[in-house]
Amino acid sequence: MTREIKTNSNLEKVLASGAFAVTGELGPPRHAAAHEVAEKAKHLVGNVDSVNITDNQTAVVRMSSLAAGLLAQKEGLEANMQMVCRDRNRIAMQSDLLGAYALGINNILCLSGDHQKFGDHPQSKNVFDIDSINLIQVIKAMRDDGRLLSGQELPPEGRPKLFIGGAYNPFADPEEYRVHRVAKKVAAGVDFLQSQCIYDMDRFRRFMARAVDMGLTEKTYFLAGVTPLKSLGMARYMKNNVPGITVPDSYIDRLKGVAKDKQAEEGIKIACEQIQEFKEMKGVAGVHMMLIEWEHMVPTIVKEAKLVPRPKV
Amino acid sequence: MSEEFEPRIIAFCCQYCAYSAADMAGSMRLQYPCNVEIVLIPCTGRFDVILALKAFEAGADGVYVAGCLEGNCHFLDGNIRAKQRVAYLQKEIQKIGVEPERLAMYNLSASQGPRFAEIVNEFSETISRVGPSPMRKNLAA
Amino acid sequence: MIIAERKPIDEIKGFIEGKKKVLLVGCRGCVTVCNAGGTKEVGILASLLRLDAQKEGRELTVDEFTLERQCDPEYVEELVEHVEKRYEAILSMACSVGPQFITRRYPKEKVYPSLNTCFIGGALAHGIWAEHCQACGNCVIHNFGGMCPISRCSKSLLNGPCGGSSGGVCEISKEVECIWHLIATKVMEENRLDDFAPVQPIKDWTSSRDGGPRKIVREELVK
Repeated sequence: MTREIKTNSNLEKVLASGAFAVTGELGPPRHAAAHEVAEKAKHLVGNVDSVNITDNQTAVVRMSSLAAGLLAQKEGLEANMQMVCRDRNRIAMQSDLLGAYALGINNILCLSGDHQKFGDHPQSKNVFDIDSINLIQVIKAMRDDGRLLSGQELPPEGRPKLFIGGAYNPFADPEEYRVHRVAKKVAAGVDFLQSQCIYDMDRFRRFMARAVDMGLTEKTYFLAGVTPLKSLGMARYMKNNVPGITVPDSYIDRLKGVAKDKQAEEGIKIACEQIQEFKEMKGVAGVHMMLIEWEHMVPTIVKEAKLVPRPKV
Repeated sequence: MSEEFEPRIIAFCCQYCAYSAADMAGSMRLQYPCNVEIVLIPCTGRFDVILALKAFEAGADGVYVAGCLEGNCHFLDGNIRAKQRVAYLQKEIQKIGVEPERLAMYNLSASQGPRFAEIVNEFSETISRVGPSPMRKNLAA
Repeated sequence: MIIAERKPIDEIKGFIEGKKKVLLVGCRGCVTVCNAGGTKEVGILASLLRLDAQKEGRELTVDEFTLERQCDPEYVEELVEHVEKRYEAILSMACSVGPQFITRRYPKEKVYPSLNTCFIGGALAHGIWAEHCQACGNCVIHNFGGMCPISRCSKSLLNGPCGGSSGGVCEISKEVECIWHLIATKVMEENRLDDFAPVQPIKDWTSSRDGGPRKIVREELVK
């Protein structure tokens, strides 16, 4: 599958080349020390095509995704700057988008954002001026039509050439509607989509089959989200406490079947099997590896899943 | 204290049960303290928090509501509503520093004359233990 | 209607601390219907305040009066003779419009809000109220199966449901229904997925509070 290249994004080039893409994730620190970003980045360099830099994930104050993204790029990664609709209105968002591109950001991931109720500032006022699908439209208009939401024109050299990302969660409800919501993101102009962590492979297969049927995978690159299960405890926690995530009993039984100190290894084995299936699954263009606070395991996993070396494009 | 404390108690009694039970207790010559003033209400669903508040303002040491056994209300759920109101008001008076024990809800049937006497004794003992209403003390003064 | 609830008694006690004569003013509008500030609730609060003072042997007069509405000057005018009795505090038991209208009419009085004004909503059942409107000033519920995502979605999404919708409830709490689950389910049941496919456009918030405090002038009604 080859498509017209719209930006300078490495991720876009890898995807357009038809190679199976790999993206990672890096959570900025809850303080201002830049070295922490560099330390997390070193596990990812050479192992991913682009790395998502989360934007105050779970509504906890962290170093901004733009700043941490630039720090990561200094280490040789390509940042995929996340932007949530929770904290900024359309004025601030467009301003930050212009600034981010000017400073060398090529990828943006548009998200609604976790509600602040979960975060460290539940007393704050949220914004939600526009939603994540509207944000996709805003960026597309800036890039392709050369205008801001106000109608203000951008000169050709001043148009942010951003590769536009979105998220999808096949495991949220109502199940039958999920693919239709993704269709809205595609209609809004999203270039690539990254999913929530996948454990329920049956449900994911059903979802992808629908997306392929509807022609969505012809228009947008779908990346499958992978988070290896570190332990039986984590698997149970994800199953019972994270809304929109289902962990099948077969995985839980596999983790139960091995000694406690071997569970991480088994979790990685499961993840590698999933990755193998994604490589063969119609419509899946790559994987999104979310190893939150487990970044140092990325080199092992990409090696075991035969995802390295990454293509130079 | 020179005089012995005789609690003043107001009982809001449903005509279908507690009030008849009180009658029966009387005709059975059962002994119970005479410091209870019974107020006849058509159903404990008629009980309103303001009635209890007014009783306290007027110097009552304790107030209770006596209705039919749960599931036997003549008006289906009047006694359940009364129970909710009593629970609500217990919390409210507690917030202003008044003991919630001064307010109670009881359920009995018309045929339970002895139970009526028992309730009066039980509640009087509770109020004697809790002591005179602080509102009454200042009312007299 | 406007849904309100009474402030905690301690906060109200704080308003009248050291005062000996206060007036409690109820409202027969929305707050009567939602059992927060009608004649009955005025009676209960007045009684609680009196009991509290009586208990401590403190002198306190609490007078009670309920107006037809506190959001109309002609009714607020009815307080004139009460205000002449020189109260040290006037506690309004209306939504926050009430104490503001009383303050405007009687600027020298010390007026306090005894209710917290919560939201625009309706009664799901006796004793249960839920938010249904955010007064954005440009109603679009017909586009969403007759349901308002602006007030009823935690993130006011126009293109939901988000990835946190699980089993019909919102990610913020199992007590909060996901309105987008209901909207999407209705669209699918009615076989209207095609009509519903277009992206809902970006909302213009100028008619909402974001456009500044709002005012409506109806020329044909103004004298």
